[in-house]
Amino acid sequence: MKENKESQLGALIRKHEADILAEWLKAQLARQTRRDQVHEAEIRATSKEFLNAVVESMRDGSADIGSGSWAKVRDLLAEMSSTRASQGFSATETATFVLSLKEPIFARLRQDITDARTVADEMWVATLLLDGLGLYTAEFYQKTREEVISRQQRELLELSTPVVTLWDDILALPLIGTLDSGRTQVVMESLLEKIVATGASIAIIDITGVPTVDTLVAQHLMKTVAAARLMGADCIISGIRPQIAQTIVHLGVDLSAVTTKASLADAFQVALKRTGASVHRAAKAEAKSPTPAPDA
Amino acid sequence: MERIPILRMGRILLVTIQVDMHDQLALQLQDDLTARIVRDRANGVLIDISSLDVVDSFIGRMISNIAAMSSVLDARTVVVGMQPAVAITLVELGLELEGVRTALNVEKGMALLQEAAA
Repeated sequence: MKENKESQLGALIRKHEADILAEWLKAQLARQTRRDQVHEAEIRATSKEFLNAVVESMRDGSADIGSGSWAKVRDLLAEMSSTRASQGFSATETATFVLSLKEPIFARLRQDITDARTVADEMWVATLLLDGLGLYTAEFYQKTREEVISRQQRELLELSTPVVTLWDDILALPLIGTLDSGRTQVVMESLLEKIVATGASIAIIDITGVPTVDTLVAQHLMKTVAAARLMGADCIISGIRPQIAQTIVHLGVDLSAVTTKASLADAFQVALKRTGASVHRAAKAEAKSPTPAPDA
Repeated sequence: MERIPILRMGRILLVTIQVDMHDQLALQLQDDLTARIVRDRANGVLIDISSLDVVDSFIGRMISNIAAMSSVLDARTVVVGMQPAVAITLVELGLELEGVRTALNVEKGMALLQEAAA
């Protein structure tokens, strides 16, 4: 009996396809607040294709939108919803695509079927179907948005951990933002890779951009220093602000195993001295040089 | 029986670990190495682990032990060529090989030992 009813709805849609499409488009365009983003022609083409696919799928008599005969409809919805998600449409705007189809279909149902009971039954079937499709659209929309978010997180992670070569044998790792275990892992990996690639023997970790240093962050820092040491590179921690120095002492964090400097410039000078290099001011070359020549 | 070769360069002993370490092999290496340090009057030991891709807590402890034994026999130990992934694993395991000197490659390790001996 159910099969019969569904085919009735299918037949009705098929019969009035052109009218329903026209009314549906009108409803969609009326609600469309951002006409600049999706062109009218595009909506028209998508809607037409979608309605065709729905009619096709209903021919098989199945109302289960998860079944194989609805694959084309699902693909169309998925494509539409991911396109709209990446264009910055809201969830409501995206789901409205399917939900606004209710009005014209219901109108046709009322018009064609006189028996009130049958109308109610058919409306129920149509509601179930369209709600299911609407939910599918919303779900897919959310999935696309989540993918965007996780991709941005990944990119942020990569962007925020640059390792720069300051000099022969000297690397700098300017850290910006809080260090959590995930980031520490990335920082450690990129630092160690760079040590292997450049053969550097000193790495300066600059924490000027780290807002707070608690015991956890300190532990992560020490881990990075220990890993670099295992690779044969010494670490200097620089950019420790006065408040952070106070916090570190109050928390009882022991940084005595690492060389610490207040500024990157100081750390760089220490690194230069250790690698046996020195920098002289060209104009004052004949005067006393700021960095004493290294002893061999 | 399988053995890890120990090469001598002047007063430095060179150990290159290229096979998977297991208990027996590690004990054998400890025996061989301590014997060679005494026999050759070595003052430096260089352990190259650049071909080790996987390190567990056992190997970590073994390296620490070898370094400690060598230092008792008045020879400095330098571990060279550790892979980044291995370094991260050891740190995560809490084995920071304190007391062991490290260098990026054999060349730098040799320089470190010669500098210390001079």
